[in-house]
Order: sequence, then C-alpha cells, then structure tokens
Amino acid sequence: MEIWRLPISASQRGKLISSGYTSLSSLSSISSSDLARELKVSESEAMNILKVASHSRGSETSNASCSIVEVLDTFQWWAGAQSAWDMLHDEESLMHITTSSADLDNILGGGIHCKEVTEIGGVPGIGKTQLGIQIAVNVQIPNDFGGLGGKAIYIDTEGSFMVERAFQIAEACIEDMSEYNRFLRKDFQECKIKMLPQDILENIFYFRICSYTEQIALINYLDKFLSEHKDVKVIVVDSVTFHFRQDFDDMALRTRVLSGMALKLMNLAKRFSLAVVLLNQVTTKHTEASFQLALALV
Amino acid sequence: MANKLISEIPLPKSIANVFSARNISTAKDALSLTEFELMELLDVGLTEVRSALSQISEIVAPPYQTALSLMEQRFQNEHLGGHFPTGLKGLDAALCGGIPFGVLTELVGPAGIGKTQFCLKLSLLASLPTNYGGLDGRVIYIDVESKFSSRRLLEIGLRSFPEIFQMKEMAQEMAGRILVLRPTSLAEFTQSLEQIKVLLLQNQVKMLVIDSMAALVSGEHEQGARRQQTLSWHISFIKSLAEFSRIPVVVTNQVRSRNHDDASRYSFQVQSRDGAIETPMQYDSHLVAALGIQWAHAVTTRLVLEAKSGERFIKVAKSPISPPLAFPFHITSSGISLLSDDGKEVMGPEINAIHCQGHNEIINFGMEGLH
Repeated sequence: MEIWRLPISASQRGKLISSGYTSLSSLSSISSSDLARELKVSESEAMNILKVASHSRGSETSNASCSIVEVLDTFQWWAGAQSAWDMLHDEESLMHITTSSADLDNILGGGIHCKEVTEIGGVPGIGKTQLGIQIAVNVQIPNDFGGLGGKAIYIDTEGSFMVERAFQIAEACIEDMSEYNRFLRKDFQECKIKMLPQDILENIFYFRICSYTEQIALINYLDKFLSEHKDVKVIVVDSVTFHFRQDFDDMALRTRVLSGMALKLMNLAKRFSLAVVLLNQVTTKHTEASFQLALALV
Repeated sequence: MANKLISEIPLPKSIANVFSARNISTAKDALSLTEFELMELLDVGLTEVRSALSQISEIVAPPYQTALSLMEQRFQNEHLGGHFPTGLKGLDAALCGGIPFGVLTELVGPAGIGKTQFCLKLSLLASLPTNYGGLDGRVIYIDVESKFSSRRLLEIGLRSFPEIFQMKEMAQEMAGRILVLRPTSLAEFTQSLEQIKVLLLQNQVKMLVIDSMAALVSGEHEQGARRQQTLSWHISFIKSLAEFSRIPVVVTNQVRSRNHDDASRYSFQVQSRDGAIETPMQYDSHLVAALGIQWAHAVTTRLVLEAKSGERFIKVAKSPISPPLAFPFHITSSGISLLSDDGKEVMGPEINAIHCQGHNEIINFGMEGLH
C-alpha cells in the first residue's frame, strides 16, 4: 500500500514523500521521535502518522513471509474477512421484513433483507409509497408472529407520506395478526392483540427533507441517531433521487455525492444490521433508437 | 437549513477558521463535497473532517417526529386534519376528507371537460367562511389562458350558496378574496411565484390554483426533454411553497396525443413477437397527460376527467389514500356535481387512460344547456 492512499492531510503526505518515505514498509521500523525530526513536525503528529500507517498495514497481509501452515492458522484473524460457510449461516439466520405479498416475498427470498440495501422503482402512481409505508408497518410485527419487532425511520423527500393511510395500514396489520392468532393457537382463548394502530404509528420516526443538503446531512446524522435508537430495523427513503434531479449544475459532483450517499447507507445497513429501502422514480432513456423507461440517476 | 452559515455552528476554532479561509461559508458548500475532497481542500486529517462533518450534519438535519405526533398535530391544527372538502361527497370520502394540504393535486383532461369549472368552484369554496365548509381565506388563481370568468363565478355562488351571495356586500367580500393573475410568459410566471411566496409567508392565502400548467410551457420553444428541464425548477418551487405553507395547491394539465417516443416499457421487459402486449395498453384512447413523467412523479394526487360514451367521469388515477375509483359527474349552473357518490372501482391501467369519446356531443349539448 502506498503512502498516497493514507488518510492523512496533504501537507503531511507531501513531507513524507519529499523525505523519501514512499511506501508503508519504509515506515515500519522507525520511531516516532526520529520521524518527527526528519519531517520537522511535532512528535504527536509523527505518532499519529505512524498509528495510521500501522492500522492500514494491519488490514493487509503482513504474513507474506510466513509458511503455508502459519498462514492457514491465521486465516481467521484477517480483519473483516469471513469464510463463505459462516456467511451462509449468517444469511440463513437473518430475519426478513415481509412485504405482505407472498409472491414478492418469494422473489426477494423471504422478504426485505436486513444488512442490505433494496431499491424499489416504478412509474408514478404504481404504489412505491404504499409499499414503503407497508414495510415501515410490517417491520413492527412482533417476534412471536415471525417479524422483527423493530422500529422504522421514514425519510420523506416528496411529501407523499399520508398519516391517514399509515393508520389504515396499521389497522389492517393488527387485524391480520388477530386472524393469524385465531388460526394457529390451539387453545381457544381469545388472544387479543394488545397493539393499537397508534402504537404502530408511534414507532415510525418521520423526517421531512426539503433539499439535497438536508438529505446528506440527515444520512450523516443517522449514525448518531441509530446508536441512540438501537431498535430501528428499517430505513425507508422516499424517494432517494428527487432532490438531486432538480437544479444540480455540476453533474460530476452530483454523481460523486450520490455514490458517497449510497456507500454510507450500505455501511449503516451492515453496521446496525438493519434494512435500507430506497424508493426511486423512473425517467425515459433513449437507447437503440427507442425510448425506454429506466430508474432515475442510475 | 441548508444555507446555515458555518460560522454559526459550534465547531472547534481551528477548523472553523480553515473553513472560512477556503471560502466554504454555508453548510450546503461543506456537505456537497466528499470527505476526501474536503481533506484535500482544507489540508486537515480524516478524523477532523469527519468530526466537523458530523457536527454540521447534526445541526442541519431536520428534527424527527413520530408518525403519531404528526397525525395528532395535523388533526389539532388544521382544518379537518389537513383536507379541503370539495363538496363532492363521493370524492371527499375517497380522499379521506378532501383535497390534501401541502401537496400538489392535478386535474387532467381533454379540452372542455370541466377542469376550469372545477377550479372556479374550488376557489369559491375556499373563500367561504369555515361554517360553510370553506377555508376562510384568500385564493390565488393563476389564469394562463384567460379562462377565468367572474360572471360564472358569481353564478355558481348564487346557485350554491344563495344566502351569502344574494347580499351584495357579502358577494363582494367573497369574490374580493380571489386574486387572479394573468402571466403571459414563463418568465412572468416565475416572477409571480416569488411574489406569491411573500404573500404565503404572511399567512393570508389559503389556496393556490394554477390553470393551466401545460399552457405555460407550450408557448416556449424547446421540445421534449429540454422542456421538462425548463419546468423542473418551477415544479420543485411550487412543491416547496405548498409544503411550508400547508395549503392545497390545484393545478390543471392538458392532454396530448400519444406518440412513438412515449416510453412505456423497461429495457428488461420482453416484447411479445406479434406485439399483442401493445393493444391492451392503448384501448381506444390515444391521449396522455402533457408535461411528461417528471411532472407525473411530482404531483401527489391526479384526478383524470374524461368523457366516455356520452358521460363524464372523474377518476382518481393517482392518490396515496384512495383506491382507483371513477365517479360520473355533470356540470350544472351551480358548478360541478357528482351523479353518483359510489365510485366504480377501475382495475389496471384503465385508470390512467384518458378518453374523449362522445365528447363533441357533450360540448354541443352543454352549449345549449347553459344558455
């Protein structure tokens, strides 16, 4: 790994290179006071540089010189690596969020997966917001009924979230759960569901975004929010590209910002083990002498 | 929120100075750059950039509300929980109270079907006091095609609410609440929008009607995709006006004939060999709503008015609350009224189709009827 990839400031990097340190291995055997003297920086800065360098090195192979047997023993230790078998086991034990449509759940492999980002796109009026609200309600189905029993974050960029509709969907979900109860309980007790539609609405955290700056800021802030609210299991963004389609002059910047946002969302999904659902609009694309529909800003 | 100054955000002094030295003064500037770009620009390490960004983001991010508190707030503060009843019982029931506040509602249909009549009725209703089902406030009516008829407005008022409109002062008061603007070009319209924003901030306006949106663009020279880009600023501005002032916004749209350029399928969809899939989509309607797919995404509720076999229907084609229902209606001297409050549920893509069969007979009959 080269010096220019280290997350240090440009001037520090410039000093390292001009003093002859062009690769990580060259930093492996120098003390912080020597480095401070060579680069003419303070000792704490030098220590910081060495710490960053060793951290980056640690995530790469440093066992190049070990024998095969030793390599196999340390197979488990590589930071962040997981064997394929473990991954399969993890995937099977993951819970899904049902979309309330058996066919759709089948296609998705059980439902919306946690630790993944799912994108749902469609023409106007087809039902994307409805599906988004349904997912925000279904994530709250308790564990006894096969759900996640978690809370939901609904990020609304277009203003299409209607609380009355969410209330209707919540009522229907509770009714469904009572039906399920009646079919499966062997004892004939009236097991009344204690949940009310109001309780379901209380577990949906609603954010209204009015510009792309707010959208970026919110996704940055979600890191802190999710650490404080660990029971959130789904983030629904409706719709993710709306604010980026109007008045963005610099297209290259737009692409960079969008991909940065997508990466952050994937990161959030993996770290907090939740599902991220992105609702997207469609646009017409001219390909092969015909116009076709395509998801916006792909 | 997006234009919040960095200087007002409590950041450690050193980094705040660096931000101002590099001319990044608003949160928008800072957040539009990626982390690495900021590192290069400001010449600081990743951890400082990250902590500065997280502090800025925390301040700029909007606060949250639970859906429950949103519902309670709407029902307490707003008229009927954020809905404006149109007086058409079946339609109001389908839309859970009426035309929703804070979002765009579109009326689309062929010429002469009754869009302007509907707009006139709604403007009148909005100006009435709340005990008559109105919003008791001013209405801004943007009349692009000069179709607004104050005589017709007063006729509707006299027939529907004789007790108010027979008194001359009351009629004057109500009609005086409706402000009519007549922009002759898109540029003038843009200027009026800015003025409207000021009026909305003063909280006197309770409804905005734009009749019609398509006419504004049809005068401009660009075609197709460029035309959509021209409108995209206006679309997002009008949506934000509706949003922060929480008023109903009604916009009318025209129709145009479907041409070969209209995209109706995705690249991954299979086309059947004999083109059999094409015919169910088209029926006998060759009309589609003007203004394209970006506009269709931006409106929240779309009401399609059409004429089929001599009868007129108002269909709820796109709505986050209502199922796809069609109501037969007719135009009378007291405005528009439904012939049946039970809507017929329409399945599949038929709800979006716009028919104008038997339309000529209706127009001719209507002309005789009104005089």
